[in-house]
Amino acid sequence: MSILKVDRLGHAYGRYQVIEDISLEVQPGELTALIGPNGAGKTTFYNAVSGKFRPTRGRIFFDGRETTGLPAHKLVPLGLLRSFQITNIFPDMAVIENVLVPLVLQHKKGYAFFGSLRREKALFGRAEAVLGKIGLLDQAYRKARELPYGDKRLVEIAIVLARNPKLVLLDEPTAGMNPEETDRMIRLIKELAESFGTTFFLTEHDMRVVFSIASRIFVLYQGRLLAEGSPDDIRGDEKVREAYLGGSADVKG
Amino acid sequence: MENIVVNLLNGLSWGMLLFLISVGLTTVFGVLGVLNFAHGSFFMLGAYLCMQIMHILPGFWSGLILAPLVVAALGAVIEKWLLRRVYGRDITFQLLLTFGILLVLDDAVRIIWGPVYHVVEAPAIFAGVFPLFGNTYPVYRLFLVIIGPVIGIALWAFFRFSRWGRIIRAAASIREMAEGVGIRVPLLFTAVFAFGTWLSALGGALAAPHQSLAPSMGERIIIESFIVVVSGGMGSFPGAFVGALLLGLFESFGTVFLGRVQMAVPYILLAAVLLFRPRGLFGREA
Amino acid sequence: MKTAGLLKFLVRGLPVAVVLVVCPFVLPVYWTLILTEILIMGFFAMSFNLLLGYTGLLSFGQAGFFGVGAYCVGLMLTHGGESLFLALAAGTLTAAVASLMIGFLCVRRDEIYFAMITLGFGMMLYTVAHNWIELTGGSDGLPLLTVPPLRLFGLELSLFEPATMYFTVLVVCSAGVFVLWRVVHSPFGLMLTAMRENKERLSFAGADVRRVRLAAFAVAGGLAGLAGGLFALFNTMATPDFLNWSFSARPVLMTILGGSGIFFGPAFGAAVFFGLEQLTTHFTENWMIVLGAILILVVIFFPRGILGTAVHHFRTGRERRP
Repeated sequence: MSILKVDRLGHAYGRYQVIEDISLEVQPGELTALIGPNGAGKTTFYNAVSGKFRPTRGRIFFDGRETTGLPAHKLVPLGLLRSFQITNIFPDMAVIENVLVPLVLQHKKGYAFFGSLRREKALFGRAEAVLGKIGLLDQAYRKARELPYGDKRLVEIAIVLARNPKLVLLDEPTAGMNPEETDRMIRLIKELAESFGTTFFLTEHDMRVVFSIASRIFVLYQGRLLAEGSPDDIRGDEKVREAYLGGSADVKG
Repeated sequence: MENIVVNLLNGLSWGMLLFLISVGLTTVFGVLGVLNFAHGSFFMLGAYLCMQIMHILPGFWSGLILAPLVVAALGAVIEKWLLRRVYGRDITFQLLLTFGILLVLDDAVRIIWGPVYHVVEAPAIFAGVFPLFGNTYPVYRLFLVIIGPVIGIALWAFFRFSRWGRIIRAAASIREMAEGVGIRVPLLFTAVFAFGTWLSALGGALAAPHQSLAPSMGERIIIESFIVVVSGGMGSFPGAFVGALLLGLFESFGTVFLGRVQMAVPYILLAAVLLFRPRGLFGREA
Repeated sequence: MKTAGLLKFLVRGLPVAVVLVVCPFVLPVYWTLILTEILIMGFFAMSFNLLLGYTGLLSFGQAGFFGVGAYCVGLMLTHGGESLFLALAAGTLTAAVASLMIGFLCVRRDEIYFAMITLGFGMMLYTVAHNWIELTGGSDGLPLLTVPPLRLFGLELSLFEPATMYFTVLVVCSAGVFVLWRVVHSPFGLMLTAMRENKERLSFAGADVRRVRLAAFAVAGGLAGLAGGLFALFNTMATPDFLNWSFSARPVLMTILGGSGIFFGPAFGAAVFFGLEQLTTHFTENWMIVLGAILILVVIFFPRGILGTAVHHFRTGRERRP
């Protein structure tokens, strides 16, 4: 059974149809990518699936149940999380506190008015474990805003992974990163997918990242699904080549 | 029947004044992104200055024309010297700044003109009463009912058809892009703020013969215009119009049906809007 | 790490505590009364700051809940209530319930709207207090003709005695501040900070942002009610002015003066506020205009507040030293 199934999904802002008639399925454990030139509708697709708004048309099924229109905070406990293209973390909080936020919520302590946060040893332990996996443990007590850009993106990943999600939507995880940081991210994603069985569904402009991670690729063009298949299928696809002709600068190897 | 017409006229006349103030508030918000807590103070200043000018240049019309201009100039100065300094910051600071301005202006009015009530005479043409269903009704209120839509249509036409109007609307939709196409945003901001202030002061001058002047005038109107703007939808011109009329009419008919509870009418409207349509009648989705 | 924190707290807190305890015995009565008022208003401002400094919500209507607490205490004592403790507890609870109901409507919209809407509903409560003459006595206010004595360790102490009133207020406010401290350092407190920093991220981490806001609003409202109850006892009166937005402006001003980023900032701001008021009213009656001008200056030049700016300089100075 697919972990994510999208049926004729469409979304319009007023009269402007951003995405239309998208149907796809993501299998559990499969590293999947969504690519397409700028303006193709990738982020809108992610926004609809991750609960930022209700899509104007179509249905979404996550892990067997219909989730169309459910707001983000209700999708998170079900195991659907996302990261953002523009780093979206808690800048003035310590790195470890950033990771504690989803953990507190996961353990239903969001309304614990009276408990002492410092005494939540289990939560701190888990947060440290997550940071260790990501490689940020030594920065745990620094303010998130002080970290270099690449590390901030990692904090974002840490927040997303803290709750052991089933499906993670990664919106351009390597945006703005230098080659070294990009490599690190690629390795990290592969490791995490392997150790935890998390399904990663990422969208990227950096084709190197896409082709080295994904086993299945969906191509979005002008709001519609243009092609889908294995990396080889996509590389050889005429339609895809044409769609990218104008944006060949994006295709890095 | 008579009651209905009287209440209708009362509601409409007050609604028209509210509309003027609310349009100014919502336009400033739409373009600058700032909610001006001191907006009601400008209304009050418009009324008081109108009265003061009438002492020097007798005749309501001199007050009506000059007072809003003076207040608008004050608004421009405030925007340039005070508000501009906090644009980049958290929205809370902008709100707090305008709140501080409110405190200064309201108390200044009290200091200059005293806490007593003042009365402004309606201009001769609209003075006095006319017979209505066996009773009498102030002519001036009828004037307000008529002048309101006239100003409203003029404003609407301004926003729709004139070059400045279109610039303002564009700037309201995409603030960053307005700068990109060469519009001098700082000047635009000052102009829009002054414009909003002018509208508010105009409302104040128009209101002067309608009600007695007191230093608490600003308070009442700002709360009501907040409610109008939230109910109608922030940044929405038709929203301000509909919201203001609704509130004016509800309040007016409220006195008939609800007695003392009438004072809670604005808040009931607010609560209803928040419950059933939080973005306001004409507001865009948040 | 925990003992170090406790030690720091004692070192900084003990002198202040000593001063607070000794004050009524050395100062003239007038100053004891002022100090009592500073304590109450400082606590009120700190409850307000739970919303502003910690959750990022600017509420202009907290006086409404302050007044609910005041009138609740007043009504209970006027109708034969014998227990101060019960009256204050009832005031706190009623205010919390009121803030839950009103908060439900307010939390649906963000920042700017929140400020407007809370202002509106605060004034709604004012209108109720002003007009429901049968219940509240209208604009004349509700006098607390009988205030039961404080019954402690077999003694009966009259609250009309300034020193007794002062110490009662000191104890209750300290308890309230302790509650605030615990809330701020709890997992819920983390949610509030997260909300202020990035509410989208918080929502995508699994929190229902509206509910978190509502909870914060209820806590702040309840504590405001406690402050209000104390104020009613202090003044032996509850008047509609307690609910007016100009009263709502006080915790706002005190917090900005002191600094919203520091836990005790608002309390410091309250002391500064009253100091300024004493100073200004020596020279002129026009306190509001001075206050407004100061607010404008502080917002533009000292956004961290007086205490906040001082602490910031101290901290960055320390980091720069080799």
